[in-house]
Amino acid sequence: MKRSTYLVFGGVVVLFALSWIFKSSVLEDGVYSNVWEAFKVTLAAFLTLAIFSFLYKDNPLYKFAEHLYVGISAAYWMCLAFWSTVVGNFIPRTFESLSAAFKQPYQPSSWDILGIPGNIIYIIPVLLGIMLLMRLSSKYGWLSRWPLAFIVGTTAGLNFVRYLRSDFVAQVSSTFVPLLGTPDSVSVWSSFDLNATGPVVALLSNWVIFIGVFSGLVYFFFSKEHTGWFGRTSKVGIWVLMITFGASFGYTVMGRISLLVGRITYLFGDWLGIVQS
Amino acid sequence: MENLGVIISLIIIFGGLAWLFWRSVQGREVERRIIFVFIFVAVAAPILFPITFEEKATPVVKSLFDKIESLPEKSKVLISFDYDPAMQPEVQPMANALSRHCLEKGHTVVFMCLWATGQSLLTATLESVIKPEFPELVDGTDYISVGYKAGNEGVLNVIVSDFIRMFPTDINGTPLDSTVIFQDIKSCADFDLILAVGGGRPGPKEWVLFVGDPAKVPIGVGVAAVVAPQLYPYYPRQVVGILGGVKGAAEYETELAAAHPRFDEVDKPGLRMMGPQTLAHMVIMAFIVIGNIAMFRARRKAE
Amino acid sequence: MRQTIPLFITFFIGILLIIAVFIPPFGELGETFTLFFDIMAVFAFFLGGGNLLRVHINKLRNKKPDWPYSIVTLSGFGLMLAAGLFKINNPGDIAAAVDTAGSLFYFMFHAAMVPLGSTMYSLLAFFVASASYRAFRAKNREATLLLIAAFIILLGRTPFGMYISGWIPDEVSLFQIPNLAVWIMNSPNLAGQRAIMIGIGLGVISMSLRLILGIERSYLGGDK
Repeated sequence: MKRSTYLVFGGVVVLFALSWIFKSSVLEDGVYSNVWEAFKVTLAAFLTLAIFSFLYKDNPLYKFAEHLYVGISAAYWMCLAFWSTVVGNFIPRTFESLSAAFKQPYQPSSWDILGIPGNIIYIIPVLLGIMLLMRLSSKYGWLSRWPLAFIVGTTAGLNFVRYLRSDFVAQVSSTFVPLLGTPDSVSVWSSFDLNATGPVVALLSNWVIFIGVFSGLVYFFFSKEHTGWFGRTSKVGIWVLMITFGASFGYTVMGRISLLVGRITYLFGDWLGIVQS
Repeated sequence: MENLGVIISLIIIFGGLAWLFWRSVQGREVERRIIFVFIFVAVAAPILFPITFEEKATPVVKSLFDKIESLPEKSKVLISFDYDPAMQPEVQPMANALSRHCLEKGHTVVFMCLWATGQSLLTATLESVIKPEFPELVDGTDYISVGYKAGNEGVLNVIVSDFIRMFPTDINGTPLDSTVIFQDIKSCADFDLILAVGGGRPGPKEWVLFVGDPAKVPIGVGVAAVVAPQLYPYYPRQVVGILGGVKGAAEYETELAAAHPRFDEVDKPGLRMMGPQTLAHMVIMAFIVIGNIAMFRARRKAE
Repeated sequence: MRQTIPLFITFFIGILLIIAVFIPPFGELGETFTLFFDIMAVFAFFLGGGNLLRVHINKLRNKKPDWPYSIVTLSGFGLMLAAGLFKINNPGDIAAAVDTAGSLFYFMFHAAMVPLGSTMYSLLAFFVASASYRAFRAKNREATLLLIAAFIILLGRTPFGMYISGWIPDEVSLFQIPNLAVWIMNSPNLAGQRAIMIGIGLGVISMSLRLILGIERSYLGGDK
């Protein structure tokens, strides 16, 4: 490694130690002792800066932080899944002694198969899960198709009715809005102005929604050539979609900026202590 | 001193934009790291020298606020923390505000998560907001945390008709059917309101599809800004209100403080973030304008 | 057998879950199969962890480029896994939540996972800013319309929108920027998002049918 790399790493270690010592002296005991609270804040700040260093260029500090994130994320989800579902849902239904060991209430089955408690069926997902792990093997990888089929079938079966009801039927019915007059029967002619909460704007909105949805759907119909009146309607659909994407862009900018504000607030507040966090 | 800091930072930012404009119309390349420094200064300056604005709730936020406000005391509310640290700066303020509001109104709150990362963030809300601000409330009687279960929509498909089948215990192993809260709750249909806070998948959309519409339970959502526009088709028939991004959080915090003065003194991170947010928006819009002016000038020169 | 049985499983489970919506007695069976799905989801997480171990151990063994970083990944993975599985330093008993405040697991989540996750995504703010300067060009009518809508939303979501347009009288208050932003979200944005949603909904419905009926088989992989 180059000498400059050693210098940078050395500098980072020294700064980390200085920050830790300083924060230990100013922080009070919380959930953890002040030394560990200081370590937590310092580590969080340094990992934040390591990720931000990517903005200059890719570098070993960023790679370190990135690889660390991958490792701890995978382990986090595994641990939560184990304790919440294996210990929380599987063991209490199948093993009374293990349930007692984990201090989980045993849930005996209300039915049985030839004297065997009905909850024995919960062994099936475990077997399917083990078959899923066979995916890691080149020789027995084909066994993972059965649990995959189960997952695909479940997802398809669940989604079929829900999307049909909520994302198709409900959305189409919501598009049938009054195009003459207004829902609360206030006459459009009672105050013919463009007040944001007035009846004219409400009616205008209804027209925009109806025409917008219809023309947007026409645009997405690619089985017919977009010519003539069909093409003109499709063009209106494009304009509506452009406004939609513009709105999404505006919100996306807002969202991304918020994340940056959050991190900088952490650095200036929790770490450096120069603003309220 | 603070006002001076605000003025100085505005001078630096707008001066920098003027320099950027001059350089762009001359057709000279601006390094992207300069752009990065710009946006950093635009965000950091109003954090160091706070600029605060007043907020007024828009109708989509007000309708959710009014819904919670109008529920009778001891109504049952389910709040689902469906987000990860990437969404935390936007979504945690609204999760905290919604939790405060529900508990202040005397509603019984059940906390759960469809994301594993949501569980630890829920714990943070319980430790830093619920327990300190509502010390008189009892875990298991006034509120309860049932934590996370793996399975995404599969979890929702079970709890819509049998909650305890999916969540037999709370987060600390106490059987739910032994708690006071769950004497009257068998499924999601027994809740008076469900608040889905998050933005990814599974999230508010799945709550509407798998619980709200089948069980006909009102759903309120608090989402990251990126996802908010996609939920408007559900409003108001399938979703009672939408808090979109940090602006939605700021509006809700303002409404909450106005209706319940005890929350006037608590930290309002959503409102605090609107200052940097506003300045950053100005800078982004300036970038778009400057970039387009430079393009039009270059096009005219080429012609 | 390698194709037929999985296709039958997909068909059986899919049809059962659809029938469960219309015939309540099947609902119990549907819930049971969904519980199976939830337990299997855990193994999907284990599969992810196992794959991570396999890839990085392989990298270490064969000294592939950037192999020292695999030590970082494996160390982080091992430490977090140990902290979680053995509930190290957890103030509660074995039934207590794995992320109880005071535990090593909770500590590592807030010390490492939160800052890393948040900061990774906050980098996008810089790239959005760079793209705003370099790439967002009003090259045609549609792009101009997109940018105008974005501008109104960006302005309307800040107090400057009201400062700039607050002078507009109530009779035409629709054109006050915050009101215009709200109207854009509630009308044209709603219309466009609804059209997209209906299109996606139809796509999901048809794909679900294709999967259940075995017409779509790509999830089974090659014919081995």
